[in-house]
Amino acid sequence: MQSLTAEATKTQKSQSTPKKTSETDKRFKTLDITIKRNHYRQDALIEILHKAQESFGYLEPEVLEYVARQLKLPLSRVYGVATFYHLFSLKPSGAHSCVVCLGTACYVKGSGKIMAALEEELGIKAGETTPDDKISLMAARCLGACGIAPAIVFDGTVAGKQEPEMVLERIKAWQSKT
Amino acid sequence: MDWTNLLEIAETEQKRQKSIRVHCCTSTGCRAANSLSVKQNLDNAVAESGLGDRVEVIGVGCMGFCGRGPLVQVDPEDLLYEEVTPENAPSIIEALDGGEAKPIKGDSQHPFFSRQMKIVRQHTGKVDPERIEEYIAVGGYQSLYKALYEMTPEQVVSEIGKSGLRGRGGGGYPTGLKWATVAKMPGKQKYVICNGDEGDPGAFMDRSVLESDPHLVLEGMAIAGYAVGADHGYIYVRAEYPLAIQRLQKAIQQAKKYGILGSQIFESPFDFKIDIRIGAGAFVCGEETALIQSIEGKRGNPVPRPPYPAESGLWGCPTLINNVETFANIAPIIREGAEWYVSIGTKNSKGTKIFALTGKIRNNGLIEVPMGITLREIVEEMGGGVPNGEVKAVQTGGPSGGCIPASLLDTPVDYDSLNKVGSMMGSGGMVVMDRETNMVEVARFYMEFCRGETCGKCVPCRTGTVQLYSLLTKILNKQATKTDLEKLETLSYMVKETSLCGLGISAPNPVLSTLRYFPQEYLELIQEDSLNSKVTV
Repeated sequence: MQSLTAEATKTQKSQSTPKKTSETDKRFKTLDITIKRNHYRQDALIEILHKAQESFGYLEPEVLEYVARQLKLPLSRVYGVATFYHLFSLKPSGAHSCVVCLGTACYVKGSGKIMAALEEELGIKAGETTPDDKISLMAARCLGACGIAPAIVFDGTVAGKQEPEMVLERIKAWQSKT
Repeated sequence: MDWTNLLEIAETEQKRQKSIRVHCCTSTGCRAANSLSVKQNLDNAVAESGLGDRVEVIGVGCMGFCGRGPLVQVDPEDLLYEEVTPENAPSIIEALDGGEAKPIKGDSQHPFFSRQMKIVRQHTGKVDPERIEEYIAVGGYQSLYKALYEMTPEQVVSEIGKSGLRGRGGGGYPTGLKWATVAKMPGKQKYVICNGDEGDPGAFMDRSVLESDPHLVLEGMAIAGYAVGADHGYIYVRAEYPLAIQRLQKAIQQAKKYGILGSQIFESPFDFKIDIRIGAGAFVCGEETALIQSIEGKRGNPVPRPPYPAESGLWGCPTLINNVETFANIAPIIREGAEWYVSIGTKNSKGTKIFALTGKIRNNGLIEVPMGITLREIVEEMGGGVPNGEVKAVQTGGPSGGCIPASLLDTPVDYDSLNKVGSMMGSGGMVVMDRETNMVEVARFYMEFCRGETCGKCVPCRTGTVQLYSLLTKILNKQATKTDLEKLETLSYMVKETSLCGLGISAPNPVLSTLRYFPQEYLELIQEDSLNSKVTV
């Protein structure tokens, strides 16, 4: 797998694409700082992937290869971890995110209906992004905000006691913005 | 830092505190209801009214009554205000000076509060979780000092053993026994892990404890480290709880600064450091062996036990893993003694348990109750029952637990009684369901959860959950026959008996418990012609 990585890097270099490389992209520097702070320890992989996702928005193949090289881990291992955990995304997400909690308390109070309304309105399924890259719709297992069920997270801010109409209004406001 | 210093900090803090303390909840639940603006306006009102010399506004952790947030509580009068808005918040301050408070007045003597018994949550909602001084002022870290200077590690272990404390993560394994096993293991390097990967949907006790009183957990971990001979601890918190992570980081920093964590704690030879590990959204990581894998930076796949983590855990070293709430019980036990703890609860389940009371219920939020209280007392008296309806079932234990029908509401809440009725204590989620809830759909909901969360390592869990899910879907689509129903039951037992870890072993519980108590709902969905033949469930 390591040789694969090397090959992949070589192909990229031979194509000499001017896009992000570890030398030019500032985001790799932030990633480097995190890696150094963790003393290149292989067990810090999850911490480092968190940081990578934070600065890149998602885990693109190039980033995974970079992390693998820096930590001296096989790419298969890095890829395996990145795909195992739900919070890591290998696809870019939309400009806005809407996370519907589908935990038991929210479910009993009708979050399933909210999800269905959103899926219909946006024409996508949970876990997908609208074709115009505007909105990503996601489902959460439980936000631990059961006291204010059903809970929805709009762009990182939790909102409680939601109804389908309220949620659709928020979404429409996002859609109408250009 | 020594004993005198500790008392000095406490005394200085007590002197600093103003006579009237206005507590404003800043935990996740109330935050979502705009409690930060409420606090801001309270602060401004104090400044404007010129009451600053005797009134202070404190951002505190969860007061429990999350369904009616944002909550503001005023001490020493013990006034409670519910659903406070930024607009009517200033009137609370005006009321201290003869004015009239506009927000809805809560009843702090309501059974929701008065039936509680607070050990773990004793100081939540009263202390500022972001200031270690407030924790020290209420006697914090004195238990750690007492353990280090007045007790040997063996005495600490035996005290915890005598207290009868059992694991609060759900399994209910005797904590003292676990500690004794790790303490006895040879080897210089040992670890203490705090399991804060609270994944059960409908449960948020651990989040609340970490957000409201992080030092209580740190103190418990340090005492555990001393007792079992570990110098390094990890707290594994799920990434879905950013506020808990942030407050823990702050708490660890402050404790280090005072020499309460780190090397030579309280100038004794005992070293203990704590690192935070953040999860990445995998339910299975709540299982102890999977959690260890995750701390090591790997996929969270469980490994077969034995060897148990107590023998060979993190990096092959003896490792003590306890849940957040378990660690939060340690400092009170050391302070008050095992005999006091034994006096609370039932014969085999000692102490208190925090439950997240949610779903179709009038008063939802967090409650800490003594073991042995009945479900009826919790649901009807404290919870106020179902609004416009009747209780159909109470679900405890999350996807690993079961649904307890209304007819069994008099079941006492303790480890053994809940197991007997086919559910389990679990981490403490308690979701109330009313007559409108379709139990087959609930079973499928949990199966969908387990199907998505199985790690895929062992076959029974990986494929069994998928098959169970499609059988349940078939039943819900009214396409199933009697044979399918039988298959559902057989397969449930097979998955239960052959899976590797707790996730698979308990995944069929919601199906089995609904089959046991609500067979009629399944039968109604079975195709009519097959109903004519006798169906046994």
